[in-house]
Amino acid sequence: MNQPTSDPLAGHQAATAPAPVPTVRGLFLGFLGLGLIGFGGVLPLARRMIVEQRRWLSADEFTELLGLCQFLPGGNIINLSVAIGMRFRGVPGALAAVLGLITAPTIIVVMLGMFYQRFDNLYLRHMFAGLAAGAAGLLVATALKMAMPLRGRPLAILIATAFFFAIAILRFPLLPTMLVLVPLSIVATARWSA
Amino acid sequence: MIPLLLTLAAIFAELSLLAFGGGNTILPEMQRQVVEVHHWMSAQDFSAMFALAQAAPGPNMMVVTLVGWRVAGWWGVLVSSLAKFGPSSLLTVLALHGWQRFKDAPLRRTIQAGLVPMTVGLVAASASLIAAASDHAWILAAITALCALTTFRTRIHPLWMLAAGALVGLSGIGQ
Repeated sequence: MNQPTSDPLAGHQAATAPAPVPTVRGLFLGFLGLGLIGFGGVLPLARRMIVEQRRWLSADEFTELLGLCQFLPGGNIINLSVAIGMRFRGVPGALAAVLGLITAPTIIVVMLGMFYQRFDNLYLRHMFAGLAAGAAGLLVATALKMAMPLRGRPLAILIATAFFFAIAILRFPLLPTMLVLVPLSIVATARWSA
Repeated sequence: MIPLLLTLAAIFAELSLLAFGGGNTILPEMQRQVVEVHHWMSAQDFSAMFALAQAAPGPNMMVVTLVGWRVAGWWGVLVSSLAKFGPSSLLTVLALHGWQRFKDAPLRRTIQAGLVPMTVGLVAASASLIAAASDHAWILAAITALCALTTFRTRIHPLWMLAAGALVGLSGIGQ
């Protein structure tokens, strides 16, 4: 017979060995590894590291925390590192996690920038132009994938188009654009789906 | 130097709090500030910075770091990183407590659903601005189109697309 417990996940976690609460150092190292291997989107790798490898969170806890991070402004993974660090080790944990995540990419990206600036010859300029065109293509694909769920929702398409027009064509500043369009979008979406 | 760093801090702190739906939504505003308002670099250079950041590992907002470095060296890196990641992180810490109750509230769902069309519009704006600044030759436009189509249609890793783009660029064809 299962003993009744206050934590509904306790029984499930006992099936596998319960992972100990990560240390500040462990948080730093975990996210450091993530920052080093995460090319072109860290999210799937983050889930594997946090849920499957280090077992800091259960799959449900991960999904719930990610929900918060996607709701708030800022990069999802940056917010996730802060939330996980905070949850286990308070402010030192949050700092360790976010610093672990961005330290290595910061150094690497600045080295790439130095390289780009220092070696200015025709071959490299051509190569970087090709790289930039490829990166633009990836962004176009991201936009297309994100737009697919809006199919068959004329109001949502209209609002997305309004944002596109204001920002890309008219080049309006983002803050005033959001102050006007976001309330409209929220009210319209709520009405439409009701 | 100090006024420059303060300007960087102000720009990225604002972007930090406006970045609903992730980093790609604020690229147009970042480009507007960096290129059109402050003339720190050309639109083409900004696109190159974005591409370099995409070619590096880590979260996809490393273009912030690169802009800070380009504008004000290592101090620029420090200030722009703090300003970009600080405010949103602080908000995350504060929100962590209320989230348990708020996550099931109908208002939360209403707001989140209402933000989706905005995110789509802003990422589309990012894509068109970055593409317009990157594609100054027919071959580059072709690379963008092929990378976009391949990534949209298949599950091929994005890093291969960047490598292919760089290789075709290196050949010099059409440039």
